[in-house]
Amino acid sequence: MRQTLAQKLVARAAGRASVTPGEIVTCKVDLAMVHDSSGARRLKPMLERLGAKIWDRSKVVVITDHYLPEYDDESRRILRITRDWVREVGIDNFHDAQGICHVVLPERGHLKPGMFAVGGDSHSPTGGAFAAYMFGVGATEMLGVLVTGEIWLKVPHTIAMEFDGAFAPGVSAKDAMLFLIGRFGLDGGQYQAVEYRGAAIRALPMQERMTLCNMAAELGAQTGLIASDRITQDFLKLKELEAWDSDDGAPLLAHHRFNADELAPQVAAPHSPANTRPVTEFADVKPQLAYIGACTGAKLEDLRMAARVLKGRKSAIRLLVAPASLRDQNVARNEGTLQVLLDAGAELLPNGCGICAGYGEHLLPENMVAISSTARNFKGRMGAASSQVYLASPYTVAASAAAGRICDPRELLQ
Amino acid sequence: MRAWVLGDNVDTDAIAPGRYMKFGIAEIAPHCLEALLPEFARGVKPGDVVVGGRNFGAGSSREQAPAALKHLGVTALVAESFAGLFYRNALNLGLPAVVCAEARRIRDGDLLRVSFEQGEIANLTTGETLQCEPIPAHLMQMVRDGGLLAHLEKRLGRSR
Repeated sequence: MRQTLAQKLVARAAGRASVTPGEIVTCKVDLAMVHDSSGARRLKPMLERLGAKIWDRSKVVVITDHYLPEYDDESRRILRITRDWVREVGIDNFHDAQGICHVVLPERGHLKPGMFAVGGDSHSPTGGAFAAYMFGVGATEMLGVLVTGEIWLKVPHTIAMEFDGAFAPGVSAKDAMLFLIGRFGLDGGQYQAVEYRGAAIRALPMQERMTLCNMAAELGAQTGLIASDRITQDFLKLKELEAWDSDDGAPLLAHHRFNADELAPQVAAPHSPANTRPVTEFADVKPQLAYIGACTGAKLEDLRMAARVLKGRKSAIRLLVAPASLRDQNVARNEGTLQVLLDAGAELLPNGCGICAGYGEHLLPENMVAISSTARNFKGRMGAASSQVYLASPYTVAASAAAGRICDPRELLQ
Repeated sequence: MRAWVLGDNVDTDAIAPGRYMKFGIAEIAPHCLEALLPEFARGVKPGDVVVGGRNFGAGSSREQAPAALKHLGVTALVAESFAGLFYRNALNLGLPAVVCAEARRIRDGDLLRVSFEQGEIANLTTGETLQCEPIPAHLMQMVRDGGLLAHLEKRLGRSR
């Protein structure tokens, strides 16, 4: 039987030769990722109520990112609970203040092709970029995983999103996702698996692939997947390539084909990531703030895109940059990328979820118009309900910062 | 049993706003849906039903979204469709989430009786009976037990 990548990953975790879309299976979990917000403060009391132990501590990774830096008594308390709990229960895989979980997890080598993983965060499909089946769960469901090492799953159908050709200069994975979400809606993924394919996808560096899978969340898919290849192997520094891919001709729920060459930079207007149109239709919008942040939009590749646009330019508006991980920030500093951003007037914020998650000290004030490289612009998410957030790629956010109005980055890259 | 009717794509930021997430559920719940329906948190009564359109609960994995609705006394959620992650969270908390293709026939303020085991909604205001998808069998026992935590407590207690 011809199987999709999603089916193969689920079948392996379910201990089966093959699985059929729609059937309910129980999967053994290879890795459970927990952050500070949905983590210890929720899990510890439930574990104590059950009097239960963690099924396998070596398979649990804890990463702090939501409440960093600690800015008030509540955030200090949440971080303290997390640090104490990790020590009490003896979890060695603990990355404290190293950056956002979805970026830190593969960066520190926890993910491998073929794995079945859950994360206590909705952007957990990011892990699917490594040909691992990874999806988000809530705190109680995470408790179930920590106690039993298992989780139920309705075997997903696969929706293939194929991009032929190549993305034009100044066009990125973020543009592809905003386009897809605009085209198919916030529930276009139908809580099934979305698989990204085609020459344009194969040519993307790993962190751009992560952006595609990350925003499978906004497309309403359970996960986003990309077959593993040499780029996956190199990023994870694996000795051998573990090849995971769909069989040719495996049945799909839908197969959509696009020509990447024709894709223009996209912008999603307030208050939905599905409210997308080409960047050229927003030339009269004048943001007061540009934000380059989050797991979606502030990885090393994202910072490089912004720097390509801002090299030798100044931002006309307030520009905030919160690199997604400390390691990415250090590489960006060493190679000069960070200096380009600072020279353009960027203010550097800590390596955490920050404004994107609606946490921390820099929330958007009343009526603020912002352009942001993050994933969600739901009303009030990043601050006041009257604030207006336009979502775009790091290229477009940087170009708009330089121009003081929403600007097509292709104009500045020439 | 009063229906509070909302539109499509109601997101978890609206149901449980991020800026209150650092607090416990008692502090989050009064802000539930405040950006969409400012009167909701004060007006909702125990036993009321929240009715959504497509993709109810889009967005975050934050379990505080269904937890806030439950804390305010909501006893069932009805929607044309739910965001998958939210759906799992609601059932894990023992809050029945019922998929009803005809959810749009329900008007705000209608009185409903939701029989989630039978997969039926009686609209006492209009006299209509709406068919819905029953909660999947493998989850029904968990919902009856009051959610995943209580279900695990029962299971682990028995195996001990």
